[in-house]
Amino acid sequence: MRWIWIDRIIELKRGERCVAIKNVSAAEEVLHDHFPARGDRPAMPVMPNTLIIEGMAQTAGIMVGHAGDFKEKVILAKITKAVFTDAVRPGYTIRFTAEMDNFSKAGASTHGTCELIDPDTGDTRPLAKITLMFSHVDHNMAGIEFPEHNFVFTGQLMDMLEASGFKSQAGPAN
Amino acid sequence: MTQDEVFAKVREVLEEALGVDEDEVTPEATLGGDLGAESIDYLDIVFRLEKAFGIKISQAELMADDVLGDPQYVQDGKVTDLGMSELRKQLPHADLDAFDASRQVDEFPNVFTVESMVKFVQSKV
Repeated sequence: MRWIWIDRIIELKRGERCVAIKNVSAAEEVLHDHFPARGDRPAMPVMPNTLIIEGMAQTAGIMVGHAGDFKEKVILAKITKAVFTDAVRPGYTIRFTAEMDNFSKAGASTHGTCELIDPDTGDTRPLAKITLMFSHVDHNMAGIEFPEHNFVFTGQLMDMLEASGFKSQAGPAN
Repeated sequence: MTQDEVFAKVREVLEEALGVDEDEVTPEATLGGDLGAESIDYLDIVFRLEKAFGIKISQAELMADDVLGDPQYVQDGKVTDLGMSELRKQLPHADLDAFDASRQVDEFPNVFTVESMVKFVQSKV
């Protein structure tokens, strides 16, 4: 399964900011279950807000991982706040902008905005504001055992990061 | 900064971090039991207190969570005499008398009340 809800990273500033793009396509199965046609209305395919939050978590998660040279297992631990002001239909683009509020050995907090871009007109309007908390899980084990290898920053996310023109290995800020 | 001013800011921090209402954040309310704080919330609270008061806090300093992970201080899920003495040393802002009666580690989050957060911050500002 491809669990990746952003298509391209367009900006990555170490420990400060990450910007990603997602093009929402009618080919994505999930849109057709959300919401299918009923007797009283036609189908209303829109990107589920939960997956928009996941897209922000991946954008912000890459920013948090990058700040720690991708050595930490960065886990989404809390959706502190998520407020949506619009819905996303197929054929539109979402721009995720994540910014770091705090970063420590134990974890990080981030805030971010999602914007809805109409590729036809180039018009951009606000879509959502999302505040998240991440845990560096090896420092918050609470008696739970996790695998030693870094199961967060695996092929899909790191390949996408490299395909976007950013180095995934530890190194100077891109 | 007066105790009332610190309390007002701490209350705001807890409202935002835990999504609770103003009237729930009383001095005697426990963070874990009454306000529903889970482990990640304590890190959120630390970050927000640092920002609100312009101070630096380590989570260990606020909660002594390193003590509870140390086998010389905890045996069979209960804090030892040495552990209690270490907790009292590390947490002068917390009221440990009630906890001392049971010493059960899983009851430890109830040690942290809104009032103990206020005392902790007052010791730092």
